[in-house]
Amino acid sequence: MRAVDAAARPAIGRGFRLQWEPAQEAHVLLYPEGMVKLNQSAAAILTRCDGVRTVADIVADLERTYTAAGLTPDVCAFITLALGRTWLELLP
Amino acid sequence: MLAQAAAQDPGTGRGRPGPPLWLLLELTYRCPLHCVFCYNPTDFGSVGRELATGEWLRVLEEARALGSVQLGLSGGEPLVRDDLETIVAAAHRLGFYTNLITSGVGLTETRLQALAEAGLDHIQLSFQDSTRRMNDFLSSTRTFELKSRVAALIKKYRYPMVLNVVLHRLNIDHVEEILGMAERMGAEYVELANTQYYGWAWRNREQLLPSRAQLRRAEEVTARFRERVGSRMRIFFVVPDYFETRPKPCMSGLGQVFLSIAPDGVALPCQAARMLPGLTFPSVREASVRSIWYESPAFNRYRGDGWMKEPCRSCPERGRDFGGCRCQAYLLTGDPANTDPVCELSPHHHLVTEAVDRAERRGTPLAAEQPLVFRDHRAGEDSRA
Ligand code: SF4
Ligand code: SF4
Repeated sequence: MRAVDAAARPAIGRGFRLQWEPAQEAHVLLYPEGMVKLNQSAAAILTRCDGVRTVADIVADLERTYTAAGLTPDVCAFITLALGRTWLELLP
Repeated sequence: MLAQAAAQDPGTGRGRPGPPLWLLLELTYRCPLHCVFCYNPTDFGSVGRELATGEWLRVLEEARALGSVQLGLSGGEPLVRDDLETIVAAAHRLGFYTNLITSGVGLTETRLQALAEAGLDHIQLSFQDSTRRMNDFLSSTRTFELKSRVAALIKKYRYPMVLNVVLHRLNIDHVEEILGMAERMGAEYVELANTQYYGWAWRNREQLLPSRAQLRRAEEVTARFRERVGSRMRIFFVVPDYFETRPKPCMSGLGQVFLSIAPDGVALPCQAARMLPGLTFPSVREASVRSIWYESPAFNRYRGDGWMKEPCRSCPERGRDFGGCRCQAYLLTGDPANTDPVCELSPHHHLVTEAVDRAERRGTPLAAEQPLVFRDHRAGEDSRA
């Protein structure tokens, strides 16, 4: 699979909805007749995919928030996986 | 699907169950169509007065507070209710993911626009189904045009076009035509689900169960079609469980994730459960959703594995399939606590294989045997309704 472009702007895929579920104390991704419960890192990435921020912005924000470095490969790997499952789409 | 998200100690069932993640509101049993093979209860004429708008809204609030997330709106035909838009809007505000299950009859642009504005997330266009309607679909230009118009509207409002067709002995030989029609309508997802034998379908089981050869042919046709259309149209083919050797993990276990509310407010752990003997299903008119879900004897009856009989009770697979379907066990063996006879370990498994064998001996039913025969649509259009 091709690497994600750092300038791409991912957004939650059409038909999916991301929300916080108090009853499960987790973020979930809802889609027709189904649901994925997200772990913390998946939620941290997806909540930043607003169609405005670029992949580079998201990585920078995550590195700042979690005082970490070198997150690019992990974030890109997750975004690639999420694109494959249509959880995310790339805006032009 | 929801099953994984809800998996919490299903093997032992000890401890409090999770929330009813899946809420299905059967808003009405009224329907402009009268399908002989409708899964609705056969005595629906005697079901009480439908819940009023305010009552449905209270159910939504209470269920959402417990953690319900997926909402199905069905019937009958839910569009018969003129408060559907109000219900969708309230559900959306509360944070539900809203799924409308409709025959498309009554889905005008005005209503679809209002539903979209109310926040409707998803639409499933259903043929659950009489031979007559399938016959119309395949042979009558007018019916096909109505469905196509609805399909075009669904796309115009940027919903994925999802078509669900219920298969049985009388239409399964037409899978190719059905898929062809679906393609011409621009369906993106097609679910070919075989009839489940409850309600009307149970009464008609002997006429509805396909033969192994029919099933095999339908699967082959589907596979070829899939190859040709690729990802343009995703096709799901659900084999009837009578042909399996293990039961389906029905509803991830009764009372684990699924809550259905009938038009009169009766709460059920699955749509068919009203038939189960010795249980009084509570109504949302008399009790809160919370107490129904967590405290009512009817919802606790088949939780965990304490109710199980042998061979399920000591079976290592009981945490995976929960002993199958209680309604099927009851219909076939007379005792809902028995192992679902679809399981080959069940001492009653022969009841299933015998039904399949009978279907086998009856041969292919397209000819005189059935009063509800397909017209040969290639012989010309049938414009008489
Ligand atoms: S199966 Fe559906 S469309 Fe047919 S009568 Fe029943 S509710 Fe109506
Ligand atoms: S015996 Fe019961 S638990 Fe075991 S596989 Fe069969 S249905 Fe499932």
